[in-house]
Amino acid sequence: MNALRRTVYFTGIVALCAWVLVPIYFIALGAFGGRIGVFRWPKSILPTDTSLAAMQLFLQVEGVGQAMVNSIIAACITMALSIALGAPAGYALARFTFPGQNAYRLLILLTRAFPLAILALPLTVAFIRIGLYDTAFGVALIHTALALPFAALVSASLFQAIPRELEEAAWVFGCTRLQAFLKVVLPLALPGIAATAIFAFVISWNEVFAASVLTVRNRTLTAYLLTVLAESPLHFRFAGGFLLIVPSIVFIFAVRKYLFAMWGIANR
Amino acid sequence: MADIKIDKIAKTFGNARALDEITLDIADGEFIALLGPSGCGKTTLLRIIAGLETRSAGRVIIGGRDISDTPTRARGLAMVFQNYAVFPHMTVYENVAFGLRMQKADEARIKAQVARAAELLHIEPYLERYPAKLSGGQRQRVAVARALAVEPPVLLMDEPLSNLDALLRLEMRAELKAVLREAGTTTIYVTHDQTEAMGLADRIAVMHGGRIVQIDKPTAVYSRPKTTFVGGFVGSPPMNFLPVTAASGAIDLDGLSLAAPRPEGNLLAGIRAEDFALSHSGEGLAFDVMVAEPLGSHTLLTGRSHGQMLRVVAPPNGDYPADTRLGLKPDPNRIVWMDAASGEALRQETAA
Amino acid sequence: MTTVRSRLLPYLLLAPSVAFLAALFLVPLIQTITLSFSEDGVPSLANYTRMVSDLNFGLAVRNTFLLVLTVVPIQIVMALAMAMMLQKLPRGRDVVLWIWTIPLGISDLAAGLVWLAILQDRGYLNSALYGLGLIDGPTAWLTYETPVALFFGVLVAEVWRATAIVLVILFAGLQLIPKEYKEAAEVFGARPWTTFVRITLPLLKPSLQTALILRTVLAFEVFAVVYAIGGTNFPVLVGEAYNWQRNYQNTGVAAAYAMLIVAISLGATVVFLWALRTKPEQQA
Repeated sequence: MNALRRTVYFTGIVALCAWVLVPIYFIALGAFGGRIGVFRWPKSILPTDTSLAAMQLFLQVEGVGQAMVNSIIAACITMALSIALGAPAGYALARFTFPGQNAYRLLILLTRAFPLAILALPLTVAFIRIGLYDTAFGVALIHTALALPFAALVSASLFQAIPRELEEAAWVFGCTRLQAFLKVVLPLALPGIAATAIFAFVISWNEVFAASVLTVRNRTLTAYLLTVLAESPLHFRFAGGFLLIVPSIVFIFAVRKYLFAMWGIANR
Repeated sequence: MADIKIDKIAKTFGNARALDEITLDIADGEFIALLGPSGCGKTTLLRIIAGLETRSAGRVIIGGRDISDTPTRARGLAMVFQNYAVFPHMTVYENVAFGLRMQKADEARIKAQVARAAELLHIEPYLERYPAKLSGGQRQRVAVARALAVEPPVLLMDEPLSNLDALLRLEMRAELKAVLREAGTTTIYVTHDQTEAMGLADRIAVMHGGRIVQIDKPTAVYSRPKTTFVGGFVGSPPMNFLPVTAASGAIDLDGLSLAAPRPEGNLLAGIRAEDFALSHSGEGLAFDVMVAEPLGSHTLLTGRSHGQMLRVVAPPNGDYPADTRLGLKPDPNRIVWMDAASGEALRQETAA
Repeated sequence: MTTVRSRLLPYLLLAPSVAFLAALFLVPLIQTITLSFSEDGVPSLANYTRMVSDLNFGLAVRNTFLLVLTVVPIQIVMALAMAMMLQKLPRGRDVVLWIWTIPLGISDLAAGLVWLAILQDRGYLNSALYGLGLIDGPTAWLTYETPVALFFGVLVAEVWRATAIVLVILFAGLQLIPKEYKEAAEVFGARPWTTFVRITLPLLKPSLQTALILRTVLAFEVFAVVYAIGGTNFPVLVGEAYNWQRNYQNTGVAAAYAMLIVAISLGATVVFLWALRTKPEQQA
């Protein structure tokens, strides 16, 4: 590439990085700018009005703290459930050929073609009857349905990447199937499974529609923000948005090595 | 058809010198094999000629034209890749026609060239098929046909047979030789398999550590290697190198006396496994058999002589249990004398 | 090791997830269908008539389709360009990939709020325009009276948020194409654009298909982004479903909306599956 093409190319890369990062910077400014920052005109790109006080004020608003706790609970349950259900399914898909495996894969893919969260509507009625309405656990169940296909398919690729011969060697040397799995396969698959779990957490943390439909008093953070959005002052909205973003970015950073491999595989 | 001049081509990757001032002249119509172990730089050199890799120094001149700075697509070459690189989403016909289409040739010419190449490579029945339906060997032929269809001045081949199984490799080698001889294209062929190089090439350039160590006709590389590396790499089994000491112009091997090329000094005697005469009565160099492998056409004996491991070819139907002691008499005309310290051959005194 | 138990093993391993998905996906799906087609327990099309005759229905359909038909093509082209740029990057590819995929972890609600900060009356966009002398003071772009500006605001926010999804799929697909194909094309005389069109794109078809299906289905579900930026000024299909459920307490009509979205998503999926199908013998 000659010099001109090179400059254009690298400018493009930098510009696209800025395109992603600058808006996040702006909402951070908005979150920490408080009431003063929101009404300043024109806005400056430097953090002039920022203070921790603004964010603290937001956190003290009634309902915010509890909403965050609910979100965390729901996300943790989602994480645990989707791995508990998805990893064994992934192992089955990776290691066995059996009639019905394609039907199962189809079922999994089918959930993608449907707006899954919308299926929360009939579940409202069912949950009321069972007593799961307006609970973090109920929300977690729907979120698990959202994350499960992903967890199963990614686990399948993870296990497939571990050579079958390693397990077979363990069998030859006296291990049962379960022992071989625990001693040989699991340690190798663990980083990938941990990454999948974290991604399930993020999916739950971010989900808006089902959480809003299924909760009234015990709202998750997304549900809370959605319902008070219209009446909230701007700086609260920004603070809420910022709070929503931060854990996700931190987690995605933690699993970035697997992120690309996981999404690429799961969408085959 | 063109000649190739490679003039002081060098390539460094960071601190590593992959190629060290390679200079090579290839005549029009010649088939040159670049032979060497992995990491010797042969593929790098080929890719630099193709333009797929940049060079750190030097020039590549084809048919009198300096193409060192020409982009790959304008060099007008053709290449056969190790993994065939036959486009899976095109029919065999479209694959073979690809280079011609890029040259904007008219339909009539494309049809004629594809038919000719297909005939040469025996792939006419497959023209409307997709590569996924072909075997590895058939795909390889499509790759070669694609290269020949454009009638390139130079044909580059990067280990084209290494992904085929042994029997198929043998068949394709013979076919390739016949086809290329008929086409008369100047060819550069990269391989790590010395039988392939021996069987196909007009000249072999043996490469090691980024340098060309020896470039010669196959028989010469085989019988008169310039270094211990070449002797050990070419030929199966590798050449034996026996450490000997010359004293007063002669070398004593357990009673057998040979004329030494130097009056005094430590030497290595390079002797091929088939150049020993065996004596059961024990005259000559003492040799204790460790393992005897009956290989059908001959028996390969691996054993020790004065602590040195040697390989010797014996007649197929003999019996050589372990610890048999034999006497070896090397053919003095076939010995390649090497300096013990440098591993390089001494100047030849007799024309072999 | 083919005992009866080991033959049952895969089914045992799958059973929990199948049961779960049956309960939380298949059952609700059937329920949504019945809910939408009944009123007070009796089969009827009342919900659908109610949905179609509502004031916001036409608007919601138009807005949603408009959004999808503009956002998806933009994202495909952008993601393709970004993926190709990423492939050429000699160093730092991991860092750039991570930065470009940050939006993957961002909730659509949060993404909407991010762009609210920028597009709002006293926001950063207006500050920049003011600095350039293009406007006189805080200007409203996101109101009911400025539907075009509102549309573009939502468009930008959606492109910002969801291009990463397409990027990841396309980049993964791109990485799978052995570089020998491009090298062979180059050696035989193809210029970069020709290689892209004749070699890369056809081999990328499976990934393009996946990306289009996934992104289009998700695009029809757009909701929180629109709500965060424009409130109720820009009706979309899922927003209407939410409205009927929460504010009018009418699950029947909400279910009708849900079925409409399902039908559209299935239709789009079928179209993409057919349009971008690769013959099995053309697979690498």
